[in-house]
Amino acid sequence: MSAVIENHHDDHHHGPAKGITRWLYTTNHKDIGTLYLWFSFAMFLIGGAMAMVIRAELFQPGMQIVEPEFYNQMITLHGLIMIFGGVMPAFVGLANWLIPMQIGAPDMALPRMNNLSFWILPFAFFILLSSLFMEGGAPNFGWTFYAPLSTTYAPPSVTFFIFSVHIMGASSIMGSINVVVTIMNMRAPGVSLMKMPLFTWSWLITAYLLIAVMPVLAGAVTMMLMDIHFGTSFFNAAGGGDPVLFQHIFWFFGHPEVYIMILPAFGIVSHIIETFSRKQLFGYSSMVWAMLSIAILSFVVWAHHMFTVGLPLAAEIFFMWATMLIAVPTGVKVFNWVATMFRGSITFETPMLFATSFVVLFTIGGLSGLMLAIVPADFQYHDTYFVVAHFHYVLVPGAIFSIMAAVYYWIPKWTGNMYDERLGKLHFWLSFIGVNVTFFPQHFIGLAGMPRRYPDYALQFADWNMVSSVGAFLFGFSQLLFLFIVLKTIIGGKKATDQVWEGAKGLEWTVASPPPYHTFSTPPKVD
Amino acid sequence: MFFKFFGNLNKNTFSLFTIALAPAINADWFALNMTRGITDISNEVFELHMLIFWICVAIGVAVFSVMFYSMWAHTKKKNPVPAKFHESHKLEIAWTIIPFLILIAMAVPASKTLVKIYDDEAGDINIQVTGYQWKWQYRYLEDDVSFFSNLSTDLDEIYNLVPKGENYLQEVDEMVVIPAGKKVRFLITANDVIHSWWMPAFAIKQDAIPGFVNTAWTVVDKPGIYRGKCTELCGKNHGFMPIVVKVVEQAEYDLWVDNKKQEAIKLAELTTKDWTTEELMERGQAVYEVNCVACHQTAGQGISGIFPALVGSDIALNDKDRHIEILMEGVQGAAMNSFDYLSEVELAAVITYTRQAWGNAEKGDGEIVVPKDIVDYKEPKI
Repeated sequence: MSAVIENHHDDHHHGPAKGITRWLYTTNHKDIGTLYLWFSFAMFLIGGAMAMVIRAELFQPGMQIVEPEFYNQMITLHGLIMIFGGVMPAFVGLANWLIPMQIGAPDMALPRMNNLSFWILPFAFFILLSSLFMEGGAPNFGWTFYAPLSTTYAPPSVTFFIFSVHIMGASSIMGSINVVVTIMNMRAPGVSLMKMPLFTWSWLITAYLLIAVMPVLAGAVTMMLMDIHFGTSFFNAAGGGDPVLFQHIFWFFGHPEVYIMILPAFGIVSHIIETFSRKQLFGYSSMVWAMLSIAILSFVVWAHHMFTVGLPLAAEIFFMWATMLIAVPTGVKVFNWVATMFRGSITFETPMLFATSFVVLFTIGGLSGLMLAIVPADFQYHDTYFVVAHFHYVLVPGAIFSIMAAVYYWIPKWTGNMYDERLGKLHFWLSFIGVNVTFFPQHFIGLAGMPRRYPDYALQFADWNMVSSVGAFLFGFSQLLFLFIVLKTIIGGKKATDQVWEGAKGLEWTVASPPPYHTFSTPPKVD
Repeated sequence: MFFKFFGNLNKNTFSLFTIALAPAINADWFALNMTRGITDISNEVFELHMLIFWICVAIGVAVFSVMFYSMWAHTKKKNPVPAKFHESHKLEIAWTIIPFLILIAMAVPASKTLVKIYDDEAGDINIQVTGYQWKWQYRYLEDDVSFFSNLSTDLDEIYNLVPKGENYLQEVDEMVVIPAGKKVRFLITANDVIHSWWMPAFAIKQDAIPGFVNTAWTVVDKPGIYRGKCTELCGKNHGFMPIVVKVVEQAEYDLWVDNKKQEAIKLAELTTKDWTTEELMERGQAVYEVNCVACHQTAGQGISGIFPALVGSDIALNDKDRHIEILMEGVQGAAMNSFDYLSEVELAAVITYTRQAWGNAEKGDGEIVVPKDIVDYKEPKI
C-alpha cells in the first residue's frame, strides 16, 4: 500500500514521460485532452475530404467522378466520421482539458479509464475506415442506417461497422462516466453546482444524456447483428418484425445525440461572449435551467424525424407540439447571449467572431428546425436538401464553429503562446463565407424539391448545387489554414499572460500559461 | 465598425468571395421557394409554410437587429465601461411567455391541416403503390390493372455522353394515370427496403415500408403531368426511381383502363405460344435491362461481394430448376428478391436470356425455359 502512495507522490514532482510512451500510457487530463483534440481534427479532415468528394460529384448534373454505390459509402462515412469522430471527441477533448481546471480539480476522477476511453477510439475508426477496402465496399446505408437496408440488404462490411459503433459507444460511455464522477466529487471547496462554469454545466448534462442513450444505440446495432447473423427478425417484417421499430430505437438515441453535439457548444459560447463583452452573463441560472429543459425534452421528441412513416394522427400532433416546445428554452439561451452583449464593452478577437456568428447562424438553423416541426409542411421538407441545410447550419457554424472558437479562446492557455490574430481572423472570414455559400443555397434546392442522398439530380437544381460546391471547397480548404495556425501557435508566438483575455473569469485563468503538468494539486479557495 | 472587421483582411478573401458568387449570379433566382402544388391540401401546406417562414423571419430580424445594434454601438471603443446589469425576472418571464404564444399561433393551424390530411376514407379509385429496388409498381385495385414504372432516362445521358433531355431523371417508361376531380387513395408499401413516395404537387410524402401499408389521398382538378421522387435512401439507385403522375379527364381515363386490360389479355395469350430461343432471348434481354441490370450489371458480371455474377454461375449453367426457383422465391437473407410478380413470359424469357447470353450457353447445358415451365412451377406441389 505504501508503495502505491509513494508512486503517486512521485507523479506530482515529475513532468511528462519522454517519447511515445508519454502519450500511450498517459493518465494526465491535459495530455488526453490533447490526444482527443488532435484525433478529432484528423477525423475532421478525413470526413471533410469525403464531403469534398460528395460536393465534387454534385458540382454538375450527371455522374462524373464516382459511381452511385461509392457515393452512398461517402455520405454514410462522412456522417459517421463527422459525428462520432469529429464533433464528439473534440468536445470530450475540451472537457478533459477544461473541466478539472474549471472546478479546481487535480485531474479527472478516473484517469486510467480516461486513457482507455481515448485509446480504443483510433481502433474503432480504423475498423470503420478499413471497410472501404473490403469486398462489397464500406457501409452504404446512410449514417442513420435504417433497416432493412442496413441488415438484409447491407454489404458484408456492416458487421465491422457494428463492431466499430460498439467501440465508439463504449468510449463515449466511459468518457461520460468520468465527467460525471469528476464533477460530482472533485469540485474545489466553494464550487457549488450553481457556481460551476457553464461549460462544465453543459458537459454534466451532456454526460448524462450520453449515458442514457449510448446503450440504446448499442442495443439497436446488436439487434441488427442478430438479424444479420443469427436468424432473428427484429426488423424484418417477413419474420414478424418491424422496420419502423428500428427508427424508433435509432431516434430515441438520435435526438438526444443531436443535443449532445450542441450543449457543450452552448457552454463554450456563453464563456466567450461573457469574456469579450466584459460583462457578466445576463442570466446564469436561466441558462442552466434552459439547458436542463432542452436535455429533458430531447427524450420526448424523437418521432419528429419520422413524420412520414405513417404514425397515428395523435402521435404526429404530440411530437409536433413537443418539438416546438424546445424553441422556448433555446430562445432563452439566444436572448441571454444578446442581453449579455447589450451595453457591454465588446471587442472582436477571433473567438468572439466565431461565437457571435455561432449565435446568428445557429439561430437560423434553429428557426429552420422550427419550420421542420410543422408536420404538414414537413411532408414537403422531409428528406430534402432543406433538412440537409438545417442540420448543417446547427452542426457546422453551430457545433464546429464553437469548437474552433474554443480552440482560439483557450489555446493561449494551453500552449502559453498567443495565436496569430491576423491569420485567425482570415480563417474566420474564409470559414464564415464558405459555410454560408455552401449551406444557404441548400435551403433553396430543398424547397425546390431535391431529395437528399441523391448522387445525381434533375436539371432545375444545377445552379445552386454548383454554388454550394464552390462554397464547400472554399470552406474545406480554409481548414488547412486552421491547422497551420494551431501548429504555428504551438511552436511559438507572443507569450500569453495568465489571464490571457482582459475579461476572462474563472479558475483556469488563475494558473500559469501554459499550465504546469499538474494543476490544483492543492484545491484552490473559492468564495 | 464593419470596416474594422475587414480591416485585417487579406485582399484574396474578396477575390475568393467573387469566385464563389459567380455561379450564383447566373442562377435561377425565382426557383427559391417551395412550389404551391395543385391541390387544396398542397395549397394549405404552402400557406402554412409561408406563415411560419415569415414568423421566423420576423423573429430573426428582431433578435439580430438588437444583436447587431449592440455589436455596433457597444464596442469597447464606443462604450469603454460595460454596464453592470444582469438578471431581470420581468424580462425573463416575457421572453419565455411570448415565444410560447407565438408557437401556439403556429401549431394550431398546423394541427388543423394535419387533421384534414389524415382523412382515411376509401377513395373513388384505390391504387396500391409498391416500392422496389429501384422502381415503382402500381396496382389499380378496382380494375385489376397492374404495371411497373421505371426510369426512362438513357444511361448515356447520366454518364454525360449525350446532352441531357428536359426531363432528365424525371421521366418514366409508364406513368401512373388518374382521373381529374376524383378522390384517389394511394396504399403505399414496399417489397424490399424502405422507399418513400413523394409527389410535391399533391403535398404527399409517405414512406413505403415492407410489411406495412400507409395511405395518402388526393383530389386533383387540373389535368397535367406531375413529377415526384423517391425520398428514402433505398440503395444505389435511390436517385433513379422517379414518379410521374398523369392526370386526365374521366373519359380518357376509362379508355386508358380498357387499353391496359386488353394488353393484359394479350400477354396471357402469349403463355401458350410456341417460343423459339431467339424470341425468348430478345424479350429476355429487354426484361433483363429493366429488372436485373442494376445489380447483376450489363455483362452479367455482378458486383464483387454484393451482387453475384451470372456469367459462369453454376446455377445459370447447369441447374435450370434452381434457376427458376430463385426467381420465383428469392434468396433468403440476401438482396435477391422474388420476381414472381413478372409474367410467365417475362420470367421464362429472362431466365433463358441469362442461361444463353455472355457465353453461358456454350459453357453450360444451354437449356432454355419456356413460359409453360413457369406455369408448371406455379402448379400446387403435392
